[in-house]
Amino acid sequence: MTAAKRPPLPVILLANDLLDGEVVFWTGRGWSDRPAEALIAKDEAAAFELERAAAHALAQNKVVDAYLVDVALDAEGHAVPRHYREKIKTEGPSVRRDLGKQAGQSNLVPTGH
Amino acid sequence: MYRYDEFDARFVRERVAQFRDQVARRLDGSLTEDEFKPLRLKNGVYLQLHAYMLRVAIPYGTLSARQLRQLALIGEKYDRGYGHFTTRTNMQFNWPRLRDVPEILDLLADVEMHCIQTSGNCIRNVTADHFAGVAADEVEDPRPTAELIRQWSSLHPEFDYLPRKFKIAVTGSAHDRAVIKAHDIGLRILRNAKGEIGYEVMVGGGLGRTPMIAKTIRAFLPKHELLAYLEAVLRVYNLEGRRDNKYKARVKILVHEIGAEKFTELVEAEYAGLDGPSIDADPQEVARIAAYFAAPAYEKLAPRSSAYETAKAENRAFATWASVNLFPHKVPGYAAATISLKNIGEAPGDVTSAQMRVLADLAEKYSFDELRITHAQNVVLPHVKQDDLFAVWQALVAADLASANAGLITDIIACPGLDYCSLATARSIPIAQALAQRFANQQRQIDIGELNIKISGCINACGHHHVGHIGILGLEKSGKESYQITLGGDATLNAAIGENLGPGLAAQDVPDAIERIVDVYLKHRKADEPFIDAVRRLGLEPFKIALQETLHAPA
Amino acid sequence: MPLLDRNGAKDNAWVISEDGTADAEQIIVAYAHVKEALAGNGRGRRIGVAISNTVKLAELLPHLAEIELVSITFPAYGDGRGFSIAKQLRNAGFKGTLRASGPLIADQFAYALACGFDEIELPDAHAERQPVEQWLKAVNAITQTYQHGFGVQNILDARRAARANGK
Repeated sequence: MTAAKRPPLPVILLANDLLDGEVVFWTGRGWSDRPAEALIAKDEAAAFELERAAAHALAQNKVVDAYLVDVALDAEGHAVPRHYREKIKTEGPSVRRDLGKQAGQSNLVPTGH
Repeated sequence: MYRYDEFDARFVRERVAQFRDQVARRLDGSLTEDEFKPLRLKNGVYLQLHAYMLRVAIPYGTLSARQLRQLALIGEKYDRGYGHFTTRTNMQFNWPRLRDVPEILDLLADVEMHCIQTSGNCIRNVTADHFAGVAADEVEDPRPTAELIRQWSSLHPEFDYLPRKFKIAVTGSAHDRAVIKAHDIGLRILRNAKGEIGYEVMVGGGLGRTPMIAKTIRAFLPKHELLAYLEAVLRVYNLEGRRDNKYKARVKILVHEIGAEKFTELVEAEYAGLDGPSIDADPQEVARIAAYFAAPAYEKLAPRSSAYETAKAENRAFATWASVNLFPHKVPGYAAATISLKNIGEAPGDVTSAQMRVLADLAEKYSFDELRITHAQNVVLPHVKQDDLFAVWQALVAADLASANAGLITDIIACPGLDYCSLATARSIPIAQALAQRFANQQRQIDIGELNIKISGCINACGHHHVGHIGILGLEKSGKESYQITLGGDATLNAAIGENLGPGLAAQDVPDAIERIVDVYLKHRKADEPFIDAVRRLGLEPFKIALQETLHAPA
Repeated sequence: MPLLDRNGAKDNAWVISEDGTADAEQIIVAYAHVKEALAGNGRGRRIGVAISNTVKLAELLPHLAEIELVSITFPAYGDGRGFSIAKQLRNAGFKGTLRASGPLIADQFAYALACGFDEIELPDAHAERQPVEQWLKAVNAITQTYQHGFGVQNILDARRAARANGK
């Protein structure tokens, strides 16, 4: 991923866990299934670090479909994707508020890592 | 229905072991994601928005009670207590883990089911008329043909890496209920002048980005020549189909670009060089398969049941359901009952594990242990005695499965859309829900009559929007969801692709727009004229004006 | 590039010589040079040809009797044209060696053999990631399939045999 193709800042890095499929966020130290723990890159250098983390994780066969997502910050400083697609991906199905992250569910099996 | 013999059983078990090994090789890095992805897709495993999704094959939409109970169990154990029936009559689970998929495949194999070729660039699950064996207009039951093709196409060494996916549908009736003209190959069983059974072979239909209606390349193919002829068609496609552009890789584009005549010529030349009898299934094998689809042991009944008539007279809700959701059975005293999975306000095609068990019980008790899944995402109990219909309906009411809307305006087909699908550009389910709520009034639905609304959340058209009387296509426009309305599509033997009515609408404007379109119809229709006939007679213009009014209506 | 067949890793006795000028007894020439290589083959060299997967059967037919090996290129493992070309060549009576050359994966080994290939030639990095043992395991994953005319083990014949035995 080159800077030219990078979405506008700030950005977060998300992916799907290879074994469990759960949407996971790069925290700076590892992957978390909680969007609130996503590391928010606010400048080019930080975004570059996210790209490096993505490339490394893909090579390690831990996650798939890793990419940067541009976000806005809510009142608590948490990242909220600007695009409706990524927002749904981060929350869960809009037609089933009882399912997915929005309902506190996760498919991640902690022993898998 | 078909039962596995020792060979089928071993084949499916070996396939599970093979997938388990593929997952292990993905994890240890022997297979890259690029290499693994097509392998997992050919076993029905997608990576969707929130999780992996597993698509279970329901060949030609036929299920037994035991199979449906196993799906209910899988839904509970590995998913979130529900499943989703698709327009290809498969079942999708939205939340399984990849690590659990081999176990799920084992559970499926326990009940003679699998996920083989429910995705990927190969021959997909074969579909057929959901009223096979029921409809009076049937020349021959299409399911033995579909089963023969299912087996022949499974892990076909030559045709597992085609340019693109390949869908085959079979109908045995003059009335097409399997949308065969929107398939890569559509087969219609018919009799020739000598009374022999054979197939009309149609090739090159499909929806997606470039919708096309299939062209006939063989008016009559003798029945026993089927597999060799299919081999010739697939070989021509495999060699000549475009591979430079994913959106031009379906056989419909090849047929369109070189012309149906040239395509036919290539197929016939290839076919002429084949040793047919060495490829075709022998007559004993065809007979072996057909025997599984022999008619169940129907009772000899009067054409009209007095218990049924009395129940209708005494219970209006039942009478309404019976008038809308029943399909005439060729055997006197029986009916096929459509169980709508289109409750007002719910996701089309979704069914909970608890509901699956109710349906399984009903099939076992009242329908010779048989269920059908329809491409309209509903379930059919194919052989119910009229005497039993009231009891069936009462059980359906208790399970919240008694919506009387089969074929009506709230019987909406919708793909999962962006609520689940990673390819989607917009949501589909909320549009279906809003429309169902707008037209919830039972009497109004009946008054409007047969009207198919079909919604897709992207250009790939899993929701069949092109062939909806009213089609709705969800796209992204400047970072927002936008919905295009098409009109005049038809999924029957008069297959037609709907035409665009105008610019896209915001989600909240869709119900108003559809209501105005329906109002135009109600105003101009002749006595018993169905919606689609009125659209053909009136043309698009009055409907376009109605859509314009929606766009310019004060907020 | 590593070569393997149904018995495992295999030595490559063939020398690739695009224009046929190499001083060797078994050469694989480019398709563009096959006619001249065959015509000038006075000293009885064994001649094979490497073809892309867009070559039409009709073009090859006149030379089939003299060619001892056809190497069909798979540009990517997802491009299955080579399977159909191999099948067509076998249907046309080609008795020589059929080689699939390209980044195939172990899971395609059985398909390749069933379509008439004898051997697979892999890029080095590819063969390293997917060692021969994986190929030999994968090739036996499915013991019987449903198609007539694609290898010996098929379910249709097995059923017929079972019927004949009164099972």
